[in-house]
Amino acid sequence: MTAAAVFFYLFACILVASAFMVIASKNPVHSVLYLILAFVNAAGLFVLMGAEFLAMILVVVYVGAVAVLFLFVVMMLDVDFAELKQGVLQYLPVGMLIGGIFLAELVMVVGSWAIGPGIPSAITAPIPAGVTNTEAIGLVLYTRYVYFFEVAGMILLVAMIGAIVLTLHHKARVKRQSISAQNARTPQMAMKVVKVRTGQGLGSNEISSKDAGSAA
Amino acid sequence: MDFFWTTLWPLIIILAQSVLLLVILLVGIAYILLADRKIWAAVQMRRGPNVVGPFGLLQSFADLLKFIVKEPVIPAGSNKGVFLLAPLVTCVLALAAWGVMPVSAGWVIANINVGVLYIFAVSSLMVYGVIMAGWASNSKYPFLAALRSAAQMVSYEVSIGFVIITVLLCANSLNLSEIVAAQGKGLANYLGVPWLTVLNWYWLPLFPMFVIFFVSALAETNRPPFDLVEAESELVAGFMVEYGSSPYMMFMLGEYVAIATMCAMGTILFLGGWLPPIDAVPFTWVPGVIWFVLKALFIFFGFAMAKAIVPRYRYDQLMRLGWKVFLPLSLAMVVIVAGVLQYWPVAAAAVK
Repeated sequence: MTAAAVFFYLFACILVASAFMVIASKNPVHSVLYLILAFVNAAGLFVLMGAEFLAMILVVVYVGAVAVLFLFVVMMLDVDFAELKQGVLQYLPVGMLIGGIFLAELVMVVGSWAIGPGIPSAITAPIPAGVTNTEAIGLVLYTRYVYFFEVAGMILLVAMIGAIVLTLHHKARVKRQSISAQNARTPQMAMKVVKVRTGQGLGSNEISSKDAGSAA
Repeated sequence: MDFFWTTLWPLIIILAQSVLLLVILLVGIAYILLADRKIWAAVQMRRGPNVVGPFGLLQSFADLLKFIVKEPVIPAGSNKGVFLLAPLVTCVLALAAWGVMPVSAGWVIANINVGVLYIFAVSSLMVYGVIMAGWASNSKYPFLAALRSAAQMVSYEVSIGFVIITVLLCANSLNLSEIVAAQGKGLANYLGVPWLTVLNWYWLPLFPMFVIFFVSALAETNRPPFDLVEAESELVAGFMVEYGSSPYMMFMLGEYVAIATMCAMGTILFLGGWLPPIDAVPFTWVPGVIWFVLKALFIFFGFAMAKAIVPRYRYDQLMRLGWKVFLPLSLAMVVIVAGVLQYWPVAAAAVK
């Protein structure tokens, strides 16, 4: 029990500190790196709670894929720090408002947890004995919530297709490589053996017919 | 005293096991590095490293010493903290994956329920070392290499994920030890030759996935023919241009440990881990860990031969292979394997 407590405080402290550094650090790339550290520590907290599947999925999806793209975009943008700092005072009231709403909601959630003793047992369904974490999630996700699961998948698919449609431009002049066409080429289609007579060279009609042969 | 036996003593045992595994792993890495160079040389009819020690056996240690005594140079315009963090991240993450690797029955430091996912997660974090190095160097070639690598490693992770899912469908578990144990019985019993356990392993029923896994593992670890991250003809040395001495050595070490991890993963998922190939007397006398190492070396030999005989892919070909060939193929195989296991009891009984 003590070891778990030690690790809880370790992960929690690093999580809070790195979450603070996300907004405090001057360099946006450092902010993203601190965000990644926060994600990894959150995964550690999940493991301590016994939600090992969620922890690993958090690392695979958020850290391994989403944050990589995030880091990518931030690295590519040439962010002007002075300009960024100017906006802080301007957006401060809105930021304070959003922060206040979050704080109030957190207090309400944790407060109701502390006040009403019946609430925790009502909203947490215990995992059936002898079933691993992963199986328990699968059993609920693919039976009881299967429609929600599929709808979420459909929404993501639509968003993905939308993004591709918006950004895909077929330019007419671009030469594309067709691997199947290349593999289907035979020596007969690709080259032509020409007998060149001494002193005469290649006639113009032979050169043009050779070009036609390679184009076909 | 009670506190010592319940909390500290297990911790000491785990630490000792980890140190033992690390030492064996690092010595092993030194020799697979040498084997890589020797195989490469043999294909090109050269001798390879043969000066330091008998048959060049101490070459890797000489290289290690050389890297350590050199002066590390940090570029003036670089982002110093991230620049030094990048090789550390690469090296530590690569080694962290070995914490859950079962090298024989019960020989595992952390026998966790989601072992496969853990290794998948750690290997998906490996891309950070490359991106951080490329960005922190503050130079254009490393940055271009970092852009390439992020796209490459993220793309091939997708198909590796689907390959792992097909194995999980057959094994019914995410625990690496249980995946190996599930390969103890299967097709050989069904065919009436129960002693020929080599037929039980998943390489046979899932052969297309084994091929996809092997090629994706090459791409995931930035091995030739997919080493576009450090394509020396275009990008000088890719993301490591600005690195030298021990930081460079840590990149190199991380890369080879990741290769060893992928070989071990292939062994566990497709080649039956520590199980002997034939369930008869001389084979069952050999300890499981020897079989594990032999199988991992077999896959590594494939890696080394691919490096020696296949020319490097062009970048657009690499992306095409990942997204237009492997992704649809592996996705279709997930559906096919799931369907066969669900609706064809004969096949399900043969695999399980």
